[in-house]
Amino acid sequence: MVQPLGYLKETASQTAGPYVHIGLIPKQAGFAIFDNDFGGNLVGPKTRGERIVIEGRVIDGAGELVRDALIELWQANSVGRYNHPDDRQDDKALDADFRGWGRAGTDFETGLYRFETIKPGRVPGREGKLQAPHASLWIVSRGINIGLQTRVYFSDETEANAADPVLNAIAMRERRKTLIAQKSSRDGQTIYTFDIVLQGDNETVFFDA
Amino acid sequence: MRNIIRRDGEFFQRDRDLQPQAYTPIYKTSVARSPRHALLSIDNSLSEITGPMFNHNELGPLDHDMLKNYAKGGDPIGERIIVHGRVLDENGRPVPNTLVEVWQANAGGRYRHRNDSYLAPIDPNFGGCGRCLTDEDGYYFFRTVKPGAYPWRNYVNSWRPAHIHFSIFGSGFAQRLITQMYFEGDPLIAKCPIVNTVPDREATARLVAPLDVNAGVPMDMLAYKFDIVLRGRRSTLFENRLEGN
Ligand SMILES: [Fe+3]
Repeated sequence: MVQPLGYLKETASQTAGPYVHIGLIPKQAGFAIFDNDFGGNLVGPKTRGERIVIEGRVIDGAGELVRDALIELWQANSVGRYNHPDDRQDDKALDADFRGWGRAGTDFETGLYRFETIKPGRVPGREGKLQAPHASLWIVSRGINIGLQTRVYFSDETEANAADPVLNAIAMRERRKTLIAQKSSRDGQTIYTFDIVLQGDNETVFFDA
Repeated sequence: MRNIIRRDGEFFQRDRDLQPQAYTPIYKTSVARSPRHALLSIDNSLSEITGPMFNHNELGPLDHDMLKNYAKGGDPIGERIIVHGRVLDENGRPVPNTLVEVWQANAGGRYRHRNDSYLAPIDPNFGGCGRCLTDEDGYYFFRTVKPGAYPWRNYVNSWRPAHIHFSIFGSGFAQRLITQMYFEGDPLIAKCPIVNTVPDREATARLVAPLDVNAGVPMDMLAYKFDIVLRGRRSTLFENRLEGN
């Protein structure tokens, strides 16, 4: 016999279910309860950086829109620093007006989700290899047993994307493009369109990170 | 003077044997919403070990009190309960100041949601959501009513056991977790396809909160205790020279 290691075991995940909105975005469920709701707008008037919109749809294995998904986004600020004490890149300034996190539901009718944010700067990866600008996404909904983790990269960062250690870890080259949002412009706004395909031909690459 | 400083590093690899697979045909909605490709294993970088932080100013004083946070002149109908516990990591260390959000049906099994059309009535005094930050010891608590079971379209006659949905952040984005808490003694738990997406019986048992009579309030409320464990983090041990050499 040996001593037990004594680690606890991670709590099992359960689906967020069809009514995730009540808990996390109650306005979409149809009622007002908290003075301060969290949402998909990450920027204020004083936030530093280039304003962008990240939007898209979530599509299931039958090609249907997933209209009850919830997506969370986490990203670095415009100079590539996370607003978190474990990011010790003291040579880069924190932005007091940017937490770097937001959440948005897909619309019950259109299936669209939308984040208003800023273009993130580059963050070092492991062994100091620079990563391309990206935001981390986490997707939950009815029918998703454990939250799906992925990243959104930007189509106008061709060179940085080509050197990104995570994109390059995707063995099937064709699949790398499932993580790249396409840039366009609408009403003077910069839009990055990022559809998330849960299953099938253009299935998004999801991570075990 | 030299000190050994423990810094938090990357997260332990997730034990997928204790987590539900994406594709679980017993839970029919998962069939079309589950990836078919293997997940891409990536080492943690700064992007995964960091995550959003929240503070008390962002929450209202009643956000954790579902008996009061939507009350329109009366209390909600139902069995009054306290739900409390700690958020820990796999090392057994508390996860302090982390956001815990909950949502649930009312005592009749009906959600306040525009898409819920179950025939049980809406309770005018019950919203069904709450949130709080854990304290320095990882402790949290909510006041609420015990939710009712409700039917759902999976098999022709599937019923969800009484449950409270939990969302927990942790200190890094890779720790993010959503789960459900069940109540000790509920015969519907063992029959539930969603519970049974979790392949390990001990892991499902850890989703069931025991009655905690000691934590209740006499002549007022019962209590249930639900501890939550998030992924642990490696420590990087190194020598820190506080002054000179
Ligand atoms: Fe539910």
